[in-house]
Amino acid sequence: MKLEVGYINITDIQFGNECKVAGGTLHVNQDCLKELILSDARIAEVSFDIARPGESVRITPVKDVIEPRTKVGTDEMGIFPGILNKVKTVGMGRTHVLKGAAVVTCGQIVGFQEGIIDMSGPGADYTPFSATNNLVVLFTPKADIQPHDYEQALRMAGLKVAAFLGDLGKEVTPDVVETYETLPILEQKAKYPDLPRIGYVQMLQTQGLLHDTYVYGVDMKESLTTMINPTEVMDGAIISGNCVSACDKNTTYHHQNNPVIADMFEENGKSLIFAGMIITNENVFLMDKERSSDWTAKLCKMMGFDGVVITQEGFGNPDTDLMMNCKKVEDVGVPTVIVTDEYAGRDGTSQSLADVDAAANAVVTGGNANEVITLPKMDKVIGTLQYVDVIAGGFENNTQPDGSIVVELQAIIGATNELGFNKMSAR
Amino acid sequence: MIKIVHYINQFYAGVGGEEKADIGPHMQEGAMGPGAALKAAFGGDAEITHTIYCGDSYYAENTEKASAEILEMIQKVKPDVFIAGPAFNAGRYGLACGSISKIVQEKLEIPVVTGMYQENPGAEMYKDSIYIIATKDSAAGMRDAAPKLAKLALKLAKGEKIGASIEEGYMPGKARVNFFEEKRGSRRAVEMLLAKISGKPFVTEFPMPDFDRVAPAAAIDVKTARFAIVTSGGIVPKGNPDRIESSSASKYGEYAYADVNADPSTVYETAHGGYDPVYANQNGYRVLPYDTLLNYEKEGKIGSIHGKYYTTVGNGTAVKDSAKFGQEIAEKLLADGVNAVILTST
Repeated sequence: MKLEVGYINITDIQFGNECKVAGGTLHVNQDCLKELILSDARIAEVSFDIARPGESVRITPVKDVIEPRTKVGTDEMGIFPGILNKVKTVGMGRTHVLKGAAVVTCGQIVGFQEGIIDMSGPGADYTPFSATNNLVVLFTPKADIQPHDYEQALRMAGLKVAAFLGDLGKEVTPDVVETYETLPILEQKAKYPDLPRIGYVQMLQTQGLLHDTYVYGVDMKESLTTMINPTEVMDGAIISGNCVSACDKNTTYHHQNNPVIADMFEENGKSLIFAGMIITNENVFLMDKERSSDWTAKLCKMMGFDGVVITQEGFGNPDTDLMMNCKKVEDVGVPTVIVTDEYAGRDGTSQSLADVDAAANAVVTGGNANEVITLPKMDKVIGTLQYVDVIAGGFENNTQPDGSIVVELQAIIGATNELGFNKMSAR
Repeated sequence: MIKIVHYINQFYAGVGGEEKADIGPHMQEGAMGPGAALKAAFGGDAEITHTIYCGDSYYAENTEKASAEILEMIQKVKPDVFIAGPAFNAGRYGLACGSISKIVQEKLEIPVVTGMYQENPGAEMYKDSIYIIATKDSAAGMRDAAPKLAKLALKLAKGEKIGASIEEGYMPGKARVNFFEEKRGSRRAVEMLLAKISGKPFVTEFPMPDFDRVAPAAAIDVKTARFAIVTSGGIVPKGNPDRIESSSASKYGEYAYADVNADPSTVYETAHGGYDPVYANQNGYRVLPYDTLLNYEKEGKIGSIHGKYYTTVGNGTAVKDSAKFGQEIAEKLLADGVNAVILTST
């Protein structure tokens, strides 16, 4: 499967009368977007704002971040298949990306696990979204809406806005075009007979009760462990619908830009063959955990991988899924590296994971999510500071007299990402 | 000026070798022996006001007495930081440096730093409690060790943030500290995997710890047992009176049960931030099964029910804190004659 991706560099977003991409600027007419969003009766009001890198701006509570992308030269395939567009295998043909732009969904809290994005100051170092030009969509739901309904409405609205903006790049000439290809198994080995065949196992958060991830529209907690082509993921085959703690939830943007996929493609044909990708779930019942990890190991063996990277999403309960996957994959003779993060307490002296296994002898960590940071007051808040004490990572009276906020890194979107998106680690 | 007390053994004090290893502790003003290299490394930012030396055998054979004598000496001087060694690969010296440093840190609450070779038995024993700079295996390593010891000592004295072990040069174990790598995690993972499958050396970023697994207790007679419920599902009296946090809980609550005939949505709620609270808020007994237990008691299936329940939020809460809560709760339950506990999580 072969996908051509054209990256259109976006260096600014501006509100105006038109919706277009010109000279690296994304121009947005708010009325067009409003109409798009308010077609969902569950949303009472919507407004928009723009946050640019380096500005003294705090966005909170943030739900999801999505990158505008579009399929080019096809009426068949669409971005976010099975959830926004019709079900049709994606990951082929051509995709255009508004690189440097992101849609950030924000508004009255859904659960507790929304987060913070600071566009400047010390907090900006911990989130990748301080470096993107963000179109923030602020929602007010209808009164008395149930959290799961609100979550779904918000999720769909975010996808709609991102797809709408992505479409503006259809006719634009990209700044950079890259090609990504996964060959059929036999052809891989014939082309690179001396290179190891490496696989990627992505664990998706599927604990239910606002912790779900969707693949081609399928709630992944209802699925057996399965395989996907990495380029499908670039076209929005996997989307986030979860409220795991902000620091280690994989936003839809993270899925679209999965760094393991990117780095494996980078090495493909040089030091390794990126031989395939497995997706599995993180359900709460022991029977589900056993079944899914059995299947992970079985598929690794069937694919004849010489090694796999396993990435986690969330923490605590999924640490058990991570250890089961690691141990069972090692047991079938396939070496592993796992990517996780830590909850070692604010002073770093507590046990980092809720479950461990001696098989996990090669670990990459995204850092300690409990570490505390002081976020200085910003000139402008998009959203509201009303929830900074109750979101996961906040605590009572955490707003200082000078307006600064003390939180655990847990509260910052993407801070300890377990796809290995960031440079942060811990020792 | 930052005041340092430096601890060394009889050999480095120039008193003698094995034949003098049984001498008790002595304190002398100024730097001695390896203190000269530390002094140079401090470059005037700190002063070794006193050096304490003690025979390795004396310390090993009379640890309680020796440490008490040394504590008394240190208390008189009131240093800002205590430095011991470095002991390099000298086993008894390393154990003494680790032991006295840990005692000073705990009893006098003075920051401490020591140094030794990674295979010194003192390293394994004390690296989880104190900062131990990793040194070479002989005194030839003093040139490398002195600047690291001095830098860490100064940071501790000034109350500055201590970086990760890999940045500061101390042995991992005491605390996990964040820092920024040069490459992103996914790249590090791919490189680590390529090293692992080709048999090349690699260093895991998180060595697996010993995991405490609890063996199931012996069976009890439920018909006579006194039951309590303990939950990490966050069920609290409506309004969350103790403000238990939605994540990373710093406390647990001890509450009497509400009237079981009351509408549960009016008397309970969950403080837990890790799941959709709708169903727990509708009916707290979904997490705290007191109603069912009460029926069991009426039907004679169980002995009795303790009148109080204990609750906290298990979401992102550090294992160390959970263990502390568990210990305290268990003691209270034992004191109240409870011998059966139903633990519910979410």
